[in-house]
Amino acid sequence: MRVGLFIPCYVDAFFPAVGIATLELLERLRVEVVYPLDQTCCGQMMANSGSQKDAAGAEALFVANFKDFDHIVTPSGSCAYHVREHLDAIAQTAEVRKTRSNTYELVEFLHDVLKVEAFPWAEFPHKVGLHNGCTTLRKLRTAKASEIDEPFFSKPLDLLSKVRGIEFVRPSRADECCGFGGTFSVFEEPVSAKMGYDKVADHHAAGAEYIVSADMSCLMHQKGCAERVGLDIRFIHIAQILNGDRA
Amino acid sequence: MRRIDHAEAASQFIAAKAHQEFHDRRLWDLRLKRDREAHGIPEWEELRALASQIKEHTLARLSDYLEEFESRVKENGAHVHWARDATEHNQIVYDILSTRGAKTLVKSKSMLTEECDMRPFLERRGIEVIETDLGERIQQLDDEPPSHIVVPAVHKLRGDVSDVFARTIGAQPGNDDIHYLAETQRQTTRPYFLRAQAGMTGANFAVAETGSFVVCTNEGNADLSANVPKLHIASIGIEKMIPRIEHLGVFIRLLSRSALGSPITQYTSHFRAPREGGELHIVLVDNGRSERLGMRDFWHSLKCIRCGACMNTCPVYRRSGGLSYGATYSGPIGVIIDPTFNIRKYSNLPFASTLNGSCTNVCPVKIDIHEQIYKWRQIIAERNQLPFVKKEMMRIAGKVLADPKLYRAAVSAAGLAIEHLPRFAIYNWLNPWGRQREIPEAPQQTFRGWYLEHRGRP
Repeated sequence: MRVGLFIPCYVDAFFPAVGIATLELLERLRVEVVYPLDQTCCGQMMANSGSQKDAAGAEALFVANFKDFDHIVTPSGSCAYHVREHLDAIAQTAEVRKTRSNTYELVEFLHDVLKVEAFPWAEFPHKVGLHNGCTTLRKLRTAKASEIDEPFFSKPLDLLSKVRGIEFVRPSRADECCGFGGTFSVFEEPVSAKMGYDKVADHHAAGAEYIVSADMSCLMHQKGCAERVGLDIRFIHIAQILNGDRA
Repeated sequence: MRRIDHAEAASQFIAAKAHQEFHDRRLWDLRLKRDREAHGIPEWEELRALASQIKEHTLARLSDYLEEFESRVKENGAHVHWARDATEHNQIVYDILSTRGAKTLVKSKSMLTEECDMRPFLERRGIEVIETDLGERIQQLDDEPPSHIVVPAVHKLRGDVSDVFARTIGAQPGNDDIHYLAETQRQTTRPYFLRAQAGMTGANFAVAETGSFVVCTNEGNADLSANVPKLHIASIGIEKMIPRIEHLGVFIRLLSRSALGSPITQYTSHFRAPREGGELHIVLVDNGRSERLGMRDFWHSLKCIRCGACMNTCPVYRRSGGLSYGATYSGPIGVIIDPTFNIRKYSNLPFASTLNGSCTNVCPVKIDIHEQIYKWRQIIAERNQLPFVKKEMMRIAGKVLADPKLYRAAVSAAGLAIEHLPRFAIYNWLNPWGRQREIPEAPQQTFRGWYLEHRGRP
């Protein structure tokens, strides 16, 4: 199985450790991983701002980079969702449609495609609060959302439960949005920051030492909020825990 | 017309800490009650699907059902009026009142009459209009529009209500006991029911096969408004139609559970015909609805039954307050309806959302609210209504992200900038990210740099 690794622009620039953990984890799981060197972004930021014409170039480049892979995997739910459901600023050729449907968020890929049973190298002896990014939760549906009346399921919890020593705490508003929202974080800064403060305070009150998420953009925002108010809480991407990071 | 600046209004709302925190807690509590009540009946998700199908069916044949409704209404001995827009609606209501010499109108809460701006229209023509819903009355006395479609004064604390009542209806200054305040409003509103020559209600549902309509309330004020005066006028948006009385149960079971987390409203009143010696007038209002019905991506917003569940769950709404939207309809449903009234004025509203999708999940008629918000952003960009800064930012980002060389230059420059610029240059008022948040540290190496070093060139 040949997997194309898509590392979103903000992870490439600010959180290389998350990209490295994703790559190493997939390699440990005996997947052949290739990182196409000319990749940039999926076009989500421009498309979410309504600017389809400005998204077209990035979308075309994404397809050019990834069209030949069986699977495309990315440690970001909102990027995977954009590619799968919204990458439509360019003509929908067979190549584009194939690239779109082959794109997976990391947790989905581990849980649904590789069906990983164990992470024997992983141990994380800490109390963690799980944050599901809203796109990952409600659009990719990797877990039960609190609004919907259905039996409980959670792909990220299934995976994290296989990690030795990990302990979970549950904040009171477990799946309320943290307020990142892409450019919302800048153009609606007052509400965005308030949501972020409320989110990290909720996890902190529940006793979390770490907030773990499959979405680094949410964590980037939450980390910025926690640091500004001096809250003692740390942030880690799910790929890092599953890859064996201990702190 | 000026664009509504939601972010600025929200900033002021958040600055009033006690108010904002109460507002957030109160509405989140409604959301939790909604979860308990909704998930307490096993067929909840089935009911939502059914309600959505009934509404979509009805909207697809709306003209037929409206005509059926009109015929039944006439057979029942009531009158039907058709209003193309807000002005026609207001004029029709005024004409009905003035030809019968009515000087005072008692009314129950109606978002439609808010949408039509009816109260000032009638008041300028010498008609006294009294809101009889407690929350709506508070808002009328304070000369403010409702901030929520179900709980109109939810942004006010009891002390605020006490001040309004002391100023306007002779309540004891400083007495903020809620029973006292409610009783004071009751005692001062009751006489109007006896004095008024006309009463007005809205409708939650209009049933085509019977020509009847249904009003769901908790205070009983709609029943007094409709039944004490001899003249009853009901203003009904054309999208309120359902085909048959047997469909009503689906919606009644969904409405109050979604709105307030109660199994049913205290009063579910059916109106069919004028009572003896009285008159019943029904005003069917379009005001942009048939145009919306013709919009491919947005017509299903007309399924809305105005329960407010999307507002209660919305993390942005709870932290910005309904008035920050500057429109009759606020919160997620407002964000997708308001631009149909005025795209320039409301062009910022679809961006007052993180696209988190909780609204869509709670909607009892399964409106894909967050997808409509996403599509409105495209329309706003296409019609050149994005603010200059955002438009330029997207143009430049689009160019950089389409070109691997430009992208790599930008990424290394961003790292350098964070590393070398002094703190005051990063955290200044020009940089909204850094105003209340720290900026991530620049790592030594990008992921791509690491990959080249450790995995080599392919």
